[in-house]
Amino acid sequence: MINKKVNNISEALEGVSDNMTFMFGGFGLSGIPENAIANLVKRNIKGLTCISNNAGVDDFGLGLLLHQKQIKKMVSSYVGENDEFERQMLSGELDVELIPQGTLAERCRAAQAGFPAIFTPAGYGTEVAEGKEVREFDGKMYVLEHAFKADYAFIKAWKGDAAGNLIFKGTARNFNPIMCGAAKITVAEVEELVPVGELDPNQIHIPGIFVQRIFEGENYEKRIEQLTVRQKA
Amino acid sequence: MLDKNGIAKRIAKEVKDGYYVNLGIGIPTLVANYVRDDIEVEFQSENGVLGMGPFPFEGEEDADIINAGKQTITTLPGASFFDSATSFGMIRAQHVDLTILGAMEVSENGDIANWKIPGKMVKGMGGAMDLVASAENIIVAMMHTNRAGASKLLKKCSLPLTGVGCVKRIVTNMAVIEVTPKGFKLLERAPGVSVEDIKKATEGELIIEGDIPEMKL
Repeated sequence: MINKKVNNISEALEGVSDNMTFMFGGFGLSGIPENAIANLVKRNIKGLTCISNNAGVDDFGLGLLLHQKQIKKMVSSYVGENDEFERQMLSGELDVELIPQGTLAERCRAAQAGFPAIFTPAGYGTEVAEGKEVREFDGKMYVLEHAFKADYAFIKAWKGDAAGNLIFKGTARNFNPIMCGAAKITVAEVEELVPVGELDPNQIHIPGIFVQRIFEGENYEKRIEQLTVRQKA
Repeated sequence: MLDKNGIAKRIAKEVKDGYYVNLGIGIPTLVANYVRDDIEVEFQSENGVLGMGPFPFEGEEDADIINAGKQTITTLPGASFFDSATSFGMIRAQHVDLTILGAMEVSENGDIANWKIPGKMVKGMGGAMDLVASAENIIVAMMHTNRAGASKLLKKCSLPLTGVGCVKRIVTNMAVIEVTPKGFKLLERAPGVSVEDIKKATEGELIIEGDIPEMKL
């Protein structure tokens, strides 16, 4: 067994520095790497390019990095729930690249799987395709999109072991599995780090080969963005 | 004239047995409430779930189980979770049978604009561009006119596009319309709405052939 376990959060984030490109798993606030984000806030490194489907809310998730003006550029598909984000974008302090969600996912997976680029129909004929190579396959038009290049991927899983094997829960899975191995270094935080051998190899979602560092996170808030319930009859 | 629930009710009739369906935010979400209960349908949410159920009871919500609108949801027996690439794979490769989404504008050649108002609303397209570029069967659910009373069915979209030539069918508070190579073809009118009313509220080319029946809800 190749050991990926690190002893603490500062070891997990060793090597991060100004002007790097990071990937963050999560959809909305679900499945975000809360511990890694908190540590990046503490380190207060600047000039970051962040690849993440969303940009958090004003006081949580990537919103915490935005608040300290640590982010230079965001690459996202939807950034609707964040006033500070909107302010920085409209004032020109923050560079924003908005791309379709499926394109974001596939640019991650391409990086993970060793493809330099992929063709997708999403965005053809829109401003998203401006300046990009397009090509026809079987009578339909596609846009060439390149694999992401990132220094670190920060992802969050439900369970993991020291070998780096991961299991995700519910829709907190989202972008997390496809960012594993899509950056030079993948840092996985898990709610529960179980002894090696306890996870059934048949049930593992991401094999440890895609993960360089793993640790058990703490104090998960798991904030709900849109609590929606029905009343019992 | 229909309200939002009326639009959802009419669209629900387009949902057939055995369909996998993706519902957008807003009016499309309401469609789930009106699908016949003697057919089997599975709802997909692009953040990574098939087999979505109703909202949870108070106290039973789970932060790890949400829909694409970030609302807490439940799952039904037979449900599954998957990553975002798999999710858009099932959309792109047309395994999802029907996509229902809202729009700010639709043009007579089937272009759709629903993600950006320059200088005003720049929240991002989310999964909308993937959905419209890939789905074979797209129904747009929207009001026929905007809040200022201007038509949303245009000759040409004025807002930045989400997709080109992709909309096949539109259900509004006034009408059911098919997008054809010649323009908007009027299929049905809402209760209490005349063909003349629809004509007035439609900026794009409206094709009227024969008697236009009233919608059955």
